[in-house]
Amino acid sequence: MKCDVKDTDAVKQMPKTIYLDNAATTILKPEVLDAMMPYLTEKYGNPSSIHSFGAGCSAVCESARKTIAGLINAKDNEIYFTSGGSESDNWAIKSVAYMKKDKGKHIITSAVEHHAVLETCEFLQRDGFEISFVGVDDKGIIKIDELKAAIRPDTILISVIYANNEIGTIQPIKEIGEIARSKGILFHTDAVQAFGHVPIDVEKENIDMMSASAHKIHGPKGIGMLYMKNNVKLTPMIHGGPHERKRRAGTSNVPGIVGFGKAAELSSISMAKNNAKITEKRNYLIDRILSEIPYSRLNGDRDRRLPGNANISFRYIEGESMLMMVDMKGIAASTGSACASGSLDPSHVLLAIGLPHEIAHGSLRMTLSEFTTKEELDYTVEALKEVVSKLRAMSPLYEDAMKKKEE
Amino acid sequence: MQYSAKVMDHFTNPRNVGEIENASGVGTVGNAKCGDIMRVYLEIDDAGVINDVKFKTFGCGAAVATSSMATELIKGKHIDEALKLTNRSVMEALDGLPAIKVHCSVLAEEAVRAALWDYAEKKGIKIDGLEKPAEDIHDSHHHDLEEDGC
Repeated sequence: MKCDVKDTDAVKQMPKTIYLDNAATTILKPEVLDAMMPYLTEKYGNPSSIHSFGAGCSAVCESARKTIAGLINAKDNEIYFTSGGSESDNWAIKSVAYMKKDKGKHIITSAVEHHAVLETCEFLQRDGFEISFVGVDDKGIIKIDELKAAIRPDTILISVIYANNEIGTIQPIKEIGEIARSKGILFHTDAVQAFGHVPIDVEKENIDMMSASAHKIHGPKGIGMLYMKNNVKLTPMIHGGPHERKRRAGTSNVPGIVGFGKAAELSSISMAKNNAKITEKRNYLIDRILSEIPYSRLNGDRDRRLPGNANISFRYIEGESMLMMVDMKGIAASTGSACASGSLDPSHVLLAIGLPHEIAHGSLRMTLSEFTTKEELDYTVEALKEVVSKLRAMSPLYEDAMKKKEE
Repeated sequence: MQYSAKVMDHFTNPRNVGEIENASGVGTVGNAKCGDIMRVYLEIDDAGVINDVKFKTFGCGAAVATSSMATELIKGKHIDEALKLTNRSVMEALDGLPAIKVHCSVLAEEAVRAALWDYAEKKGIKIDGLEKPAEDIHDSHHHDLEEDGC
């Protein structure tokens, strides 16, 4: 809503926006912007240049790389900056596929991957590779037995999402990594939702490659990274200059890298404290909704779950309508309904955990950050109660269900 | 994807939501699998004029808005006029719909026709130009839509 007038009563009464879509992107922290600002203004050097302008910029990029590596127990030279999670996923999967195609053309992934992994695998499928999509249980956890059974002599890569973006389920990454390593298969994980939110140790968890992104942890958009274990030498993502150890050419995005480093530093300092705080608020939100709104259910695992994720299905109503109505009340959320996605099928993740189409259509994802307050959640629950009852009052499915109940 | 101001108006304040007891005709189309179901209730007098119309819809913003607009367009009209309602006329009255939402307007047209069919069945009359509604509108399709199941 556009509002040119400042501090009128109407403006004061208008609920401020409540942002519950932190899995989509997060607010840039002021400290991150402050760290970036000099590199958007006076310190504009190219890190590849020999002169002092360049050298200063090169040093800060290396310092950011060190911070990011430290957060996941990697070595500095195992971090490759990219434009974000999607590029990192594409790079890891396609590069392994084409490098190893003489050994085999079989890749294993899960049914609950992000589109950046799913579509990349489907692209490779059209190019003659065979892909096994391993199923998940009703909480969204990968079926380990099915994964083991899918392994063949020609399997070259296993790629499983660290934590799902829709339902927040955290996968048994260490176990999958162990299986892959024991079979000599490379293991990649898309950790875009998990990096900086939950502790990750690439050594202990047997991870060979991992994708992450800055804007999910209060950093800037357009910058991310691929962790690539030192013995894994992927072919370059972009050919050209010597940037990123000759594997990803293009002048370094210095302000982005600096911002990513700062955001990672802030995450690492306060991760434990923030997680406890966010988890408590998320549980409060989930408990209030489930107890106060009938015919609602939590999607995903209650405990093995990202701290900020609440994904709830409301029966008999449709997600896009719900999203539009809560938006009018100043609340930003997300849905797995088909209508909001541009396709006609609801989210593949909700279908993979076994939800029938009509229930999958009525899902709402609310993702919290460290800045979400209890007051905001109270307002959200009240708004949801109104919206759900308004939509149910105009739902033929609800009408039928209630009549059936009376009988 | 952007909805027109009229779509937003009809979504926010949908007209004619509800049920009619002992309606002259009721039609339900769509299916929950595809994410949209619309039910139309008609009250038709002896002269064949639609005196009242109500709807209930499970669906997205466009589905609710097209339901609301369709009921507005046929309210007070003779059934012959109501038969002329098309998805195109509903869309035009709403100042258009995003391309991926066009199928929602088909649902509104089909729901009205299904309710008229039910009325004709109950009265034991035949209405020219009215065919038995398909079991599942998403299975049969015309209206130059690209559809894959839904």
